[in-house]
Amino acid sequence: MATNYETHEYDVLVIGAGGAGLRAAIEASAAGVKVGLICKSLLGKAHTVMAEGGMAAAMGNVDDRDNWKVHFADTMRGGQYVNNWRMAELHAKEAPARVHELEAWGAVFDRTKEGKISQRNFGGHRYPRLAHVGDRTGLELIRTLQDHGIHQGITVHMEYTIVSLLKDGDRVVGAFGYDRERGRFRVFKAKAVVVCTGGLGRAYAVTSNSWEGTGDGVSLAYHAGAELLDMEFIQFHPTGMIWPPSVKGILVTESVRGEGGVLRNKDGKRFMYDDVPENYRSQTSTDPEEGWRYTQNDKNAKRPPELLTRDHVARCINREVKAGRGSPHGGVFLDISWIKEKIPNSAEHIKRKLPSMYHQFMQLANLDITKEPMEIGPTTHYAMGGVRVNGDTQATNVPGLFAAGECAAGLHGANRLGGNSLSDLIVFGKRAGEYAAKFAKENASGAINDAQVEAAYKEAVEPFERPAGGGTEGPYQVQYDLQNMMQTNVGIVRLQNEMEFALAGIEKLKARAAKVAVQGHLEYNPGWHTAIDLKHLLTISEAITLCALERKESRGGHFREDFPDKSPEAAKYNNVVSKAADGSMKLRRETIPPMPEALKQVIEEMK
Amino acid sequence: MNKTVTFRIWRGDANGGKFVDYTTEITEGLVVLDVVHKIQAQQANDLAVRWNCKAGKCGSCSAEVNGMPKLMCMTRMDTLDITKPITIEPMRAFPSIRDLATDVSWNFRVKTKIKKFNPRKPDCEDGTWRMQQEDVDRVQEFRKCIECFLCQDVCHVLRDHHKHDEFIGPRFLVYTAALEMHPLDTEDRLAELKQSQGIGYCNITKCCTKVCPEHITITDNAIIPLKERVVDEFYDPFAWVWKKLRPKG
Ligand SMILES: Cc1cc2nc3c(=O)[nH]c(=O)nc-3n(C[C@H](O)[C@H](O)[C@H](O)COP(=O)(O)OP(=O)(O)OC[C@H]3O[C@@H](n4cnc5c(N)ncnc54)[C@H](O)[C@@H]3O)c2cc1C
Ligand code: SF4
Ligand code: SF4
Ligand code: FES
Repeated sequence: MATNYETHEYDVLVIGAGGAGLRAAIEASAAGVKVGLICKSLLGKAHTVMAEGGMAAAMGNVDDRDNWKVHFADTMRGGQYVNNWRMAELHAKEAPARVHELEAWGAVFDRTKEGKISQRNFGGHRYPRLAHVGDRTGLELIRTLQDHGIHQGITVHMEYTIVSLLKDGDRVVGAFGYDRERGRFRVFKAKAVVVCTGGLGRAYAVTSNSWEGTGDGVSLAYHAGAELLDMEFIQFHPTGMIWPPSVKGILVTESVRGEGGVLRNKDGKRFMYDDVPENYRSQTSTDPEEGWRYTQNDKNAKRPPELLTRDHVARCINREVKAGRGSPHGGVFLDISWIKEKIPNSAEHIKRKLPSMYHQFMQLANLDITKEPMEIGPTTHYAMGGVRVNGDTQATNVPGLFAAGECAAGLHGANRLGGNSLSDLIVFGKRAGEYAAKFAKENASGAINDAQVEAAYKEAVEPFERPAGGGTEGPYQVQYDLQNMMQTNVGIVRLQNEMEFALAGIEKLKARAAKVAVQGHLEYNPGWHTAIDLKHLLTISEAITLCALERKESRGGHFREDFPDKSPEAAKYNNVVSKAADGSMKLRRETIPPMPEALKQVIEEMK
Repeated sequence: MNKTVTFRIWRGDANGGKFVDYTTEITEGLVVLDVVHKIQAQQANDLAVRWNCKAGKCGSCSAEVNGMPKLMCMTRMDTLDITKPITIEPMRAFPSIRDLATDVSWNFRVKTKIKKFNPRKPDCEDGTWRMQQEDVDRVQEFRKCIECFLCQDVCHVLRDHHKHDEFIGPRFLVYTAALEMHPLDTEDRLAELKQSQGIGYCNITKCCTKVCPEHITITDNAIIPLKERVVDEFYDPFAWVWKKLRPKG
């Protein structure tokens, strides 16, 4: 029997039009299959557009000592060796080609004196490695892919939200969703589906993520039977805006520190010198003068401690604030204006190197960063965990379902290096598109199950059928309560009893979410959209908390006050979450497969 | 200190609508989008408004604030006179969907008709090119565009004369300029600029430049040089002959 909904049929359906989704769609269409691309916002507005600093690729344009081996070793060290080493290897090897390809599609990167693509320093990268365009690299990436993609015969469905994946037996065969403008439901039938839905920062109260970052793809894949990996690893970026309150969480790019910006507490002290982790000591300067020379591309200088990995810098800031040495609004100071002591025309220099940061502070905080220090504090930024995939093909454990970009897991291990996400999108977006197209060519289309579609429809519109009053409430309060609970109890510093409290709290919030009521109609109704997002937010919050409880050590983005050290035992496994037959969430440990000798050797060489 | 403010927001859809007043308290440091969100959360759950980045990077939250085309996320409340109601309307040059969300799909269709980037052969054997920074500065200025479509909204050719079928508007003149002035590009887009894309409709009022949140000098740096190229190509007989004799690129 045919369903009652308008149906679109594709070989490959890509959910998400950020860098990963666009790259996947381009690759699949280049393989000659019919491709549909779906996104919640307008095309070109996905989160990728906000990325600032750059994309990491060991091209060696600025420092010819760089190559894939150094990049691989840096990524593994940053991820504290629980990464999927195969992904880290492929990423380091393929990123340069993917960046050059962007240039062939019209991207205009900043240049070196020799006319090559320029590269900048970033935390955790040994050499200047980030291809960039001022501080708007994400815009360049997404626009290049968008402008190339629109000539590829891809069908784009903008402002659509997918609410459920559809299955035929074990296999994913499509997706069900509605258009946000009019609230009309649609069936998307596809031989292969790629989820590229980005991050999940919206599970927290303070985040750099937009409303889109509600972990939809991770949750959709989980409910369709896919395994999730290492959900406890959340990156809290050390520098988010904290004042005025309405901008709290908005990112201040790491390039500010890359260009020489320093962190100070209220006493004017550069506190980052106080705590340099053992495994970074040999690469970190102890002399401010040397640190400054590093930011000005002196090849012989070591990096200043402000450019240590994000997890570490975020915790140091947290410590200063807790010890009462913070700034007036509960953060610390980030100062780039001090470089006037070093550079004659420093105001012009700063405006040219960091144009959008200059405008952001000027317009939103009424503060001139060329003259005054900024106030900053940690913000929930990136999910290292996500859908578990095969490193070569980006296939999940569910046939027909692939994942790439931030919603997939593995490459970054316990902590992502800045710039490794944009390169992740193009390296693994391409691979996902390639292998999804291959799957689509090798498999006939499956059957759409009407009962599944009806159930998904009912679940989606239920909030309208609950009359206000009688124990119901609006969606926003439930969302706020969840965000605050995750922020307080499963945040930068974690403790057993707080996380147990959160886990119990999530159960209570699930009960409240089941009674959420919304008013109005299906057309462009933000209240209703928020009600639908709640399911995803609750699912991922539960997964994050379960994994964080299980990992009784501190590693990368996961810091436990009750287990502040790394455990050699815990270095041997990843956490894997899946949905049990009874609908509950189950967790198991999966031993990390042994690394091939050749890669082990690379890590040894680069120590 | 908290203050009271009244927002006069246009509510409606393609069939028409009206202004509705919402009064709310505001604290220090808010932008217009924050206040709209506050009203949405507390008084009008179904108020339609687009946004993503809240930092002027995505170009989603375009609207007319007291009649001026602006990004709501970058318009600070302390720049507005709050003793009077503040009007918030959707971009008027595009059809309404609902409330502050407009149908901007025309823009996406226009872009597909502009010939894509077509680079010359790579300069080096490894497939890469060499370009100097000063040769890409201008193109990088154009590529800052966040596709907010505020320039399209304010341009009288589209807004008042509805020449959507004959004129691509300042956004896509900037886009074309970025392609035409790209050091690697070999395509020629001048014929359609003159004909189907209607560059002649622009009479250099510079309204687009004034509203561009990315401070792109749309008229002086993009449109005027393109107009000059079109003139050179089609009206200057010497240049015409020269171009035909000398293959491009
Ligand atoms: C402010 C900021 C700065 C950053 N700077 C850098 C940087 O300099 N370098 C770097 O490497 N990384 C950076 N990052 C991280 C990086 O930008 C992101 O990790 C990356 O862009 C994610 O890309 P993506 O393609 O996976 O997803 P996104 O770009 O987030 O796109 C997700 C897409 O999925 C769609 N979607 C989601 N759910 C659904 C659904 N249910 N139905 C339909 N569609 C859906 C969305 O609409 C969207 O189109 C930064 C992040 C932020 C927030
Ligand atoms: S300068 Fe030209 S494109 Fe810009 S607003 Fe005026 S007429 Fe329109
Ligand atoms: S040129 Fe400026 S005003 Fe026009 S769409 Fe681009 S950013 Fe907006
Ligand atoms: S929300 Fe992105 S520009 Fe305003």
